[in-house]
Amino acid sequence: MLVAGLDIGSRTIALVEWDGGRVRRAEVVDTGADPLSNALTLIQGRAYDRLVATGYGRYLAAERALADEVITEIKAYAIGAHHLYPDVRTVLDVGGQDSKVILVDPNGRVVRFEMNDRCAAGTGRFLENMARALGLRVDQFGEHALAAEGESVQISSVCTVFAESEVVSLIGRGEDSRCVALGIHRAIARRLGAMVRRVGVRERFVFAGGVAHNPCLRRLLIEELGVSLTVPPSPQTVGALGAALYAAKQIERGNGRWKHGDHSGRTGFTLSSTGHPDPRRVAGR
Amino acid sequence: MEEYRAMWERLGINMRRHDMLLEALPAVYEKVYLSQQRRPQAMGYFDFVVSEIHGLRVKELMDHKDKGGKVFGTFCVYVPEEVIVAAGGIAVGLCGGADFSVPTAEQVLPRNLCALIKSAFGFKLGRICPYFQAADLIVGETTCDGKKKTWEILDEYIPTYVMDLPNSRTSADRALWISELQRFVRKVEEVTGNSITAENLAEATRLINRKRAALQRLFEVRKARPAPISGLDALLVTQISFYDDPARFTEKTNELCDELEARVQAGEGVAPPDAKRILYTGTPMPIPFWTVPLLIEGAGAVVVAEESCTGTRLVAGGETPVRDTSIEDQLIAIADRQLQTNCACFTPNDGRVDDILRMVEEYEVDGVIHFSLSFCQPYNLEAVRVQKALQEAGVPVLVLEGDYTEEQAGRLRTRIEAFVETL
Repeated sequence: MLVAGLDIGSRTIALVEWDGGRVRRAEVVDTGADPLSNALTLIQGRAYDRLVATGYGRYLAAERALADEVITEIKAYAIGAHHLYPDVRTVLDVGGQDSKVILVDPNGRVVRFEMNDRCAAGTGRFLENMARALGLRVDQFGEHALAAEGESVQISSVCTVFAESEVVSLIGRGEDSRCVALGIHRAIARRLGAMVRRVGVRERFVFAGGVAHNPCLRRLLIEELGVSLTVPPSPQTVGALGAALYAAKQIERGNGRWKHGDHSGRTGFTLSSTGHPDPRRVAGR
Repeated sequence: MEEYRAMWERLGINMRRHDMLLEALPAVYEKVYLSQQRRPQAMGYFDFVVSEIHGLRVKELMDHKDKGGKVFGTFCVYVPEEVIVAAGGIAVGLCGGADFSVPTAEQVLPRNLCALIKSAFGFKLGRICPYFQAADLIVGETTCDGKKKTWEILDEYIPTYVMDLPNSRTSADRALWISELQRFVRKVEEVTGNSITAENLAEATRLINRKRAALQRLFEVRKARPAPISGLDALLVTQISFYDDPARFTEKTNELCDELEARVQAGEGVAPPDAKRILYTGTPMPIPFWTVPLLIEGAGAVVVAEESCTGTRLVAGGETPVRDTSIEDQLIAIADRQLQTNCACFTPNDGRVDDILRMVEEYEVDGVIHFSLSFCQPYNLEAVRVQKALQEAGVPVLVLEGDYTEEQAGRLRTRIEAFVETL
């Protein structure tokens, strides 16, 4: 058996191939301006018994017949994290464009979740923009903040647009950029902490997604939430792993290949294979 | 639709914008509605009504006006259709469910206002909605601050009358509402030039009772498992109840119920018996806002009931007792029936939580989805207590907020799918 999970996120596309016993291949590429062709390049020349897509681009993959089925990233992260750490209870995923916290039961099933996908605050995008405002690459940003010797500078706005100009004026005032960086990290950690507390904090607590690479945010989240964090060795591929494991399970269950949109076999309705209509076009814009 | 162009021009419709609106509808309707499997045959009538949404029904209104009749545009189940019908008027619910007109509204209204108010106001400002154009009087009500203040602005564009709905249900509030119904009787008499009598009010109340009984029958049959009708189709029926001719609507809804009851007898349904059953609760879903049930049913679940003003609140309070004796007695009966409608504008409003918990049992609900339009304070705040009550009762609940845009639909989709996955 060879199955694959494809997680098409706003910033990166992750692919995990699973042979029923172990991960055969795991890759992460930039989403870029053409996610579909970047996803196609990733799977070129490979034949899978089943491919399950997740992430915000999952329907794009399903519509172009790349994927046999789609699941939400909520479910994918829960399955992936539970596979890596069977005692996981909370999963925090902070990605490029959204962040989510998922409470899972001992069987890895989703109990509750909270999502922020409406504004950049509390996402990788916020960190990226702030790093740029300080003239840093995003992968240097956390270390830079940890190097702060003084107190962190208070950042009053978590709105990306306002925070950026606030950072520019703080630097202009002569504040140490490392202390400003630390302040930025504190702001995002507080915001993530508030979201996590809406579903409750339970250990084991897994921190996944691209932002989990950031050492400063990891430390601040431990302080903020009062838990120890488990960061998987490859935090960006947890969703793709979950999708691949789900694909394998479907094959084991003997659920044949039904394409996305073929809801008729399952529910009695088919809401057209192309998925959701554009409500704005209801009104003709 | 070509044959209606002269009528729309006569109504002062902005033809270019109106054409854009009408061009888009068929493809969306096909995708959302006609592509559903195992639809009841009797939905054919409702499909027809939608296909003629700006045509035949508007022509009926114009014919009525040509004969001296009056048209009243309304938004709320608290505006008594009985009174309008008694005076020979026609009540139509107004357009307010599309993002199309929101940017137009934002030329005048503040942005942080719910999509329903902005959409409706934009339809008038942009002269896109023939119902708005045909209306002789808009009847607003004080169910939230956003509406209250918007009516003052709307009145500059079209005569707008406001009913003062109390925010509580003490005996003083009841007396106020009864007096508001009396004041409304005088207003309707003034606009139509017709007198409201004990006889014509009793007759109108019987007609509206029959319409509400037909809707009640529809809500009743949806308790069956497997669900005999999709939530999308049932929503369409309630949406159309706001603007169709009441007698014809009653007849067609009863025909639909005949078919659905036969389905239940035969053990047939639109979804498999194990499909997850969802109760919708929250803000009304005016036509053509179909996103929420579309996403729920696209995720493999089925909406079995809507605790909303485009749902069971249309029949809250049951039948209005008809007392032919006097207008006053009849207005009291209407008020007492209406005040059992658990709108979020009331405080306290514990009855709504009770309704939801009762419906969870009656409809064998697996999960509740609370949806509120963004910036709708009454519903956004009530969601807190609704969520708490459901969690305490061990009922899975998802609280959502949004508007009519495509961006929001994308956000809602992941949440709704993930919620259905957890059930």
